Amino acid sequence: MSGSLLIRGGRVVDPTQELDGPADVLIEGGRVTACGPGLPAAESAREVDAAGLVVVPGLIDMHVHLREPGQEYKETIDTGTRAAAAGGFTALACMPNTDPVNDDPSLTEFMLKQAERAGWARVYPIAAVSRRLEGRELTEFGAQRRAGAVAVSDDGRPVWSAALMRQALRYARHFDLPLIQHAEELALSGNGVMHEGRFSTRLGVEGIPGAADDVMVSRDLLLAADTGGRYHLAHMSTARSLDLIRAAKADGQRVTCEVSAHHLLLTDEDVFDSGLDPNFKMHPPLRSAADRDALVLGLADGSIDAIASDHAPHHPDEKELDFVASPNGIVGLETTLSLCLDRLVAKGVIDVARLVDLLSTAPARILGVAGGSLAPGSAGDVTLIDLEREIEVDPATFRSRSRNTPFAGWKLRGAAAGTVVGGRVIELP
Amino acid sequence: MSEAVWQRGDLLGVAELSQAEILHVLDTAESFVEVAARPIKKVPTLRGKTVINLFFEASTRTSSSFEIAEKRLSADNINFSTSSSSLSKGETLLDTARNLEAMAPDLVVIRHAHPRVPHALAERLASGVINAGDGAHEHPTQALLDAFTIRRRKGRVEGLKISIVGDVAHSRVVRSNVLCLTRLGADVTVAGPRTMMPEEPESLGARVVYSLEEAIEGADVVMMLRVQLERQARVAFPSEREYFEFFGLTAERLRRANDDAIIMHPGPINRGIEIASEVADGPWSVILEQVANGVAVRMAVLYLLAGAKSGEDGATL
Repeated sequence: MSGSLLIRGGRVVDPTQELDGPADVLIEGGRVTACGPGLPAAESAREVDAAGLVVVPGLIDMHVHLREPGQEYKETIDTGTRAAAAGGFTALACMPNTDPVNDDPSLTEFMLKQAERAGWARVYPIAAVSRRLEGRELTEFGAQRRAGAVAVSDDGRPVWSAALMRQALRYARHFDLPLIQHAEELALSGNGVMHEGRFSTRLGVEGIPGAADDVMVSRDLLLAADTGGRYHLAHMSTARSLDLIRAAKADGQRVTCEVSAHHLLLTDEDVFDSGLDPNFKMHPPLRSAADRDALVLGLADGSIDAIASDHAPHHPDEKELDFVASPNGIVGLETTLSLCLDRLVAKGVIDVARLVDLLSTAPARILGVAGGSLAPGSAGDVTLIDLEREIEVDPATFRSRSRNTPFAGWKLRGAAAGTVVGGRVIELP
Repeated sequence: MSEAVWQRGDLLGVAELSQAEILHVLDTAESFVEVAARPIKKVPTLRGKTVINLFFEASTRTSSSFEIAEKRLSADNINFSTSSSSLSKGETLLDTARNLEAMAPDLVVIRHAHPRVPHALAERLASGVINAGDGAHEHPTQALLDAFTIRRRKGRVEGLKISIVGDVAHSRVVRSNVLCLTRLGADVTVAGPRTMMPEEPESLGARVVYSLEEAIEGADVVMMLRVQLERQARVAFPSEREYFEFFGLTAERLRRANDDAIIMHPGPINRGIEIASEVADGPWSVILEQVANGVAVRMAVLYLLAGAKSGEDGATL
């Protein structure tokens, strides 16, 4: 049992207690035992001085690709969780598109073991919906749940077959697992590599229409309604997908959605201006300014549940290919929090409490995992944030093994000042 | 004189060229036209210069045109023809650039199926780069030779009504030509079936219509694009006869154009699909002039870039 920890003198922001003000947090036995102003000094408790810092429930990145096993040259569970800790995350959920695919409980067990060895952050494996992500047969959701998987997804690919999706939504209900969908109608996305719009037109680049996402979201929501399954839309990128989700929620469906920081901050015009820099290539692609603006509104009005990084590391050599040939995805664990603080909170789009909801409370609720709150009894996971610290995004300093980010050189105000996992202060070497 | 207008070491796209630069290329090309009429079709301009023609995508016309232009300028040239899937597979842009650099070329002519590969290589190469077509993005020497051909025939480009018809979505010829011809003051229209139009086609910078008749009406120049049979699945148009029926250029349809209209095509033509033989072979057609002018324009580009890169103005005709 870890010793006790008193985080003293900070500004505690916890939407679950509607708390935003000076308070201390006491963690004993790995759990929060007290949260309030002027807590007495506890015997033998280690103290952390949080003066000038914001103290929030540990951030949870619900959409991460850790690449281990199979592509350790891009990222490992060790380097990925170091990146998480550096970026202010105390936990992350990792996608099953490893090699081999996490379509067997032994993979989930392996990932949990590796995460425990590393010890930098909690890792929640997400199991594959279908064997080898081939979209044909279901995996063992029950055994995966028992092994520690928190959700099912074929992310990187959509669950394309409507029949399989219907069965997966039904079957996941037995284990109360959310089904996280990478919504993409492959027949519409085709060979596209960026958003289809005026910038793909000017570049002569094959486009991915917004409809590729929307058609799939629309179908999925019908199936979710019929089955009562818990549907979570990953990396939502279009205004129309957001409208569909809003309507489903208004109908009382149990659906949730996440957006990634890059879809909130960048557009296809940035792809154009970059001269087709492969660090601006991802799935779904950076969309139009109208889509981006709609997503920002969705954050503010509460329609969007969570922000996730969709951290997708690729080796520098792979991003040294041309735009069309290079793989999809960018890293995000070490930039997401600062981007949100500078571009969303400081700009007044959302407040700190809402950001905590998006990055901690909601992910914990959707995945059904510990954390997301500092109320007594909660997991002793805390993120310390310095709202004033100014950073410049420098990929050379990343803890991640990969460097693929479109945000290099961005000057941002606000950054993680430290994390606590289960009452243990994480000290990165 | 040339130093003042032309400072570039690379020709990557029409997008970055000013009107003065475009006109300078066309004026320079005028002086190369007569080389083809000489008994010995060769000038010593690029003697001792090495030009690598790097074609990652199959091309007969453009690569031959460059090769002839280089030989007539007395450059030493080497051709690499390779499909994008062999030499370049898994090879990073930096490695491609380093391998080229090791051979110390003065100029590299690049054709690639993916957009902006020549641009990316130009950033990594000390030698000059000419884009000979990058995906459906740009094909600057084609646009320059088209403008050159129009100017020779019509005496000007400014104020002309020019229509470009065909598979606009997948055509690099369209993109470079719209940029080039509008910069020279032409009134440009693009046309084609809706299934062959990109999203928001107006963003190309031209008027957009969806019928051949409307495109031809009052036109001074009609440029027909090759229907990319190899690229288009049957979802873009159901059959060749249907394409010809609605978008094929016939003498009958051509009556809507101005009496002295000229017909252009970047080649190779599909007779009976986008263009009727009677039009391709008729008095309006300047298709073969385009081919001949292509050599002169590419000689001009090679000459200007080699001069700019070496910092010499010593190259003479």
